[in-house]
Amino acid sequence: MREGPAMTTDAPSLPAKRKSMSLIDHIYDPRSRGIILQVLLAVALIWFTAEIVNNAITNLKKQSIASGFDFLGRTSGFDISQSLISYSNTMTYARAFWVGLLNTLLVAGLGIVLATIIGFIVGIGRLSTNWIIAKLASVYVEVLRNIPPLLMLFAIYFAVLKSLPAPRDSIELPFYSYLNVRGLTVPMPTWLDGIGYVVAAFFIAIVAAVLIARWARIRQEATGERFPGVLVGIGLVVLAPLLTFLLAGRPVSFEYPTPGRFNLSGGVTMLPEFVALLTGLTLYTAAFIAEIVRSGILGVSKGQKEAAAALGLRPGQSMRLVVIPQALRIIIPPLTNQYLNLTKNSSLAVAIGYPDLVSVFAGTVLNQTNQAIEVILITMAVYLVVSLLTSFFMNWFNSRMALVER
Amino acid sequence: MSTNTNVAEQEVRRPPAGAGPVAWLHKNLFSSIPNTILTFVGLWISYKLIAGVVDWAIIRAVFTGSDGDACKVPDVGACWPFITHKFDLFIYGRYPEAEIWRANLTFLLGAIGLAGLMIPAVPGKPAFAVFTLLVYPIIAYYLLTGGIFGMPIVATERWGGLLVTLVVAVVGIVASFPIAILLALGRRSKLPIVRYSSIGFIEFVRGVPLITMLFMASVMLPLFLPEGVTFDKLLRALIGVALFSGAYLAEVIRGGLQAIPRGQIEAGDALGLSYPQKMGLIVLPQALKLVIPGIVNSFIALFKDTSLVLIIGLFDLLGIVQQSISSDPKWFSPSTPTTGYVFAGFIFWIFCFGMSRYSQMIERRLSAGDKR
Amino acid sequence: MTSRLRTGLLAVTMLAVGASAASAQATLQKVRDKGELTCGVNTGLAGFSAPDDKGNWTGLDVDVCRAVAAAIFKDPAKVKFVPLTAKERFTALQSGEIDVLSRNTTWTMSRDTSAGMSFTGVTYYDGQGFMVKKSLGLKSAKELSGASVCVQTGTTTELNVADYFRKNKMDYKPVVFEKLPETLAAYNAGRCDVYTSDASQLYATRLTLGDPAEHVVLPDVISKEPLGPAVRQGDAQWGNIVRWVFFALVNAEELGVTAKNIDEMAQGQNPEIKRLLGKEGEFGKGIGLDVDWGYQAIKSVGNYGEMFERNVGEGSRLKIARGQNALWTDGGLQYAPPVR
Repeated sequence: MREGPAMTTDAPSLPAKRKSMSLIDHIYDPRSRGIILQVLLAVALIWFTAEIVNNAITNLKKQSIASGFDFLGRTSGFDISQSLISYSNTMTYARAFWVGLLNTLLVAGLGIVLATIIGFIVGIGRLSTNWIIAKLASVYVEVLRNIPPLLMLFAIYFAVLKSLPAPRDSIELPFYSYLNVRGLTVPMPTWLDGIGYVVAAFFIAIVAAVLIARWARIRQEATGERFPGVLVGIGLVVLAPLLTFLLAGRPVSFEYPTPGRFNLSGGVTMLPEFVALLTGLTLYTAAFIAEIVRSGILGVSKGQKEAAAALGLRPGQSMRLVVIPQALRIIIPPLTNQYLNLTKNSSLAVAIGYPDLVSVFAGTVLNQTNQAIEVILITMAVYLVVSLLTSFFMNWFNSRMALVER
Repeated sequence: MSTNTNVAEQEVRRPPAGAGPVAWLHKNLFSSIPNTILTFVGLWISYKLIAGVVDWAIIRAVFTGSDGDACKVPDVGACWPFITHKFDLFIYGRYPEAEIWRANLTFLLGAIGLAGLMIPAVPGKPAFAVFTLLVYPIIAYYLLTGGIFGMPIVATERWGGLLVTLVVAVVGIVASFPIAILLALGRRSKLPIVRYSSIGFIEFVRGVPLITMLFMASVMLPLFLPEGVTFDKLLRALIGVALFSGAYLAEVIRGGLQAIPRGQIEAGDALGLSYPQKMGLIVLPQALKLVIPGIVNSFIALFKDTSLVLIIGLFDLLGIVQQSISSDPKWFSPSTPTTGYVFAGFIFWIFCFGMSRYSQMIERRLSAGDKR
Repeated sequence: MTSRLRTGLLAVTMLAVGASAASAQATLQKVRDKGELTCGVNTGLAGFSAPDDKGNWTGLDVDVCRAVAAAIFKDPAKVKFVPLTAKERFTALQSGEIDVLSRNTTWTMSRDTSAGMSFTGVTYYDGQGFMVKKSLGLKSAKELSGASVCVQTGTTTELNVADYFRKNKMDYKPVVFEKLPETLAAYNAGRCDVYTSDASQLYATRLTLGDPAEHVVLPDVISKEPLGPAVRQGDAQWGNIVRWVFFALVNAEELGVTAKNIDEMAQGQNPEIKRLLGKEGEFGKGIGLDVDWGYQAIKSVGNYGEMFERNVGEGSRLKIARGQNALWTDGGLQYAPPVR
């Protein structure tokens, strides 16, 4: 492929001429031209960057605007409504950053799981032979994916707020839980001595489940006998910690929420902002995932299903063992994009008051410190890293899936 | 991007249903016991949905009144007078009343251009393309901002509502097109610096949320410029949107470029064509045609994303609806917010749904050609 | 083609940027060249800066800019208003997008020293307060322990409320929003017990709630919020213009000069008035303006008292009492150095 300006159409560039090349020859030679262009581009890019940096530094200095990353160590002075790690307004901006980041990861992680589940259900529903179910599923998809997610969030948030009662008229739920306009409050567990055994049992069970699954596969390949490895594994992972928990004398105590003057005090509260954001992101992304799943399943050739039927596989087996593994190969790349979109869309939290990274860091911290450049750069870098990590993971998963082919 | 699969194809593949509606019902709704249960669940959900909408939008709704008090009745549904009284505001923002014809003319010309470009049966595609992509933006710019032919200048801070939504979306897509083509070609270039700078830019933009790009445009960009150089706020948002959508569109176009067989380029080489000639005359026309559905999908995504500009203080359709809901005491009533959001959602939905249908139609046409 | 076009584009951009970079200059000259003043205001806050039905900006902050424009151009209409969110306002000023920031901005030390801007005066003495539903039956903010508090981000408000609760050993649950509409909507939907903001803003926003009588503003004021216009650091002359135009408005009230009687007063014998209105001395020269700068400013928007009454006081729907914003002669804080 050649690179170069348009005026050189009539000048065939022959490498034979290479012996003694004048300047003119260099201009007409595609290789030299490529190099010249690249050098020009590199110079321009460097100059452009330098100019920006220079301008920014000049502007900041001239107007004595503070700069640098020292601000991260300063006391934040503001509070955050939801935090997975301990946080108070006497801690640093850096701590506030981590609180925001964890909140973003929490909502994105849960959203990805839920959106995948709903998306698969709706996607398969669109292919249902039941006319009404197929129509309902397509109405869901066509309505939700054609509305801006921001608008959905507003609508869901205010609908959630409207439909829930004031704290004084909280709906009482089982297990000393309460539901009101301030969120869902459940008792907060405090772990006592002995919980370590339960955690250990949990991990041992997982390892055992993996080993059993491997053994079951090897045995099936060798003898053809099937063993319900998955079922046993799940049972093990659930039962082993539960039994240990009971044997260790239930090493947990609960802090129960009690009604206070304004709010319930004590317990753990799931904020309505969190619920609204999670619901909005999940429903919106699920509509796209449904379409991906549908086209993935349609993309598996019909002969595969017929071949499976000819081998005597039941419809469920043929779906699970033949169609889905092949469909996954079509589904995974676009699914990755949807996961990334969901993570990025979680930044819309800023509009409905959920304290995610953008709201806490690119919002409050930026405003308190006035250091727009540093704060926005850090925020963008974080999203980039999260996106790249997700991409890497999904690519790895995809390559594993692709290998299954042979 | 390629989530629109072929509906018609799927229907064709289905075996023909038996004769008559009874057979159809049996086959599609009551073929087995689980299926019958599903059918009843589905019927119940449909009933709830339809009855809820009709009840809210018509039966319990208020249709007349001159302020929010008219909607302060118990158990009220939609508050439609809020929409009818504020309609102009929602569509044009605070665009001066005497000048609204200019906004209307802009809408009309845009609609004609797009119709000519998009409806396959209309002849003269190249002329329409030149008009819509090159001439129209210039006309629209002068029509909306004014300052020539005695038209008074209308500052961008008076624009609002659907007008801003459309301006951001249309400028975003038109401006992102050249950016996207350059980036897509750059990413496939053999020159490493060109390639890596393209990849770097595309992956960077695709890795961050639009909202951070907008924040960058609104609070960082001004500090990057030399002292005394400033941009209009709307323009800055447009730059952010165009760069953002350029990176996404570049990936769509790259998909098209990859689908063009190497032989096409080699044929161009054999004819002694230069790189721009090969790309402009052979590769791009084929590649772009292939990815029209993808381009339309990008446009839908962009159109929905325009609502984010409200976070940086511009008043697009959603922004102005929201502003009216919360800062106009005259219209305050319990059902005003829901009515406003439903209205905005409906407008967005009509545009996006229309476009997605269009892209599906194009996809069918293209694949029909491939199938012979 | 790619790289060539790109380098070309870059070069053009660089040229354009380079050419205009050379023209950085004094703000007054820049404003004169543009033919209008660019003024950053709130995106919508009743009484301070809000567009009316016809899209014209009105309010106290807006009038300050009109007065400055009148002093420079003898025409209060030569202002372009740029609505700004809390987050954008400082960058907009720093970068030169606006010439004056008149957007209910609190004068604090860090903003005055390390944010590239200088405050020129206090147009409104405010303080942070709390608004609650009347039905809660609260008498004081000290009873707010355990409450959920709705607050808008990007303001000193967020820090003050944290300080206040910490100081009084109370806990609270913050709910933070980016913009005013969402903050209010959430308060209104019962998401919070309390909405906290500058008192002026509480009065202004209370009007937009369903039934204003259902909400009360608690008497506690937990912070000092001197609101005033700000300019870029490093242009003393421009800072003086904005500062003295406002002082002229305050002095006018003290001397009894109003938009209506100004021509009469200018004919009078009071030397203080004569100096203020440019009939004696050449005080405008010192700030690069014509001698009648004060006359033009007062003529266009009235004196400070008139401005206050019209936008936020008894003449408006907000009906805020003068309180601390009364003249020093009436026991308030508004005090302007003399023109002499």
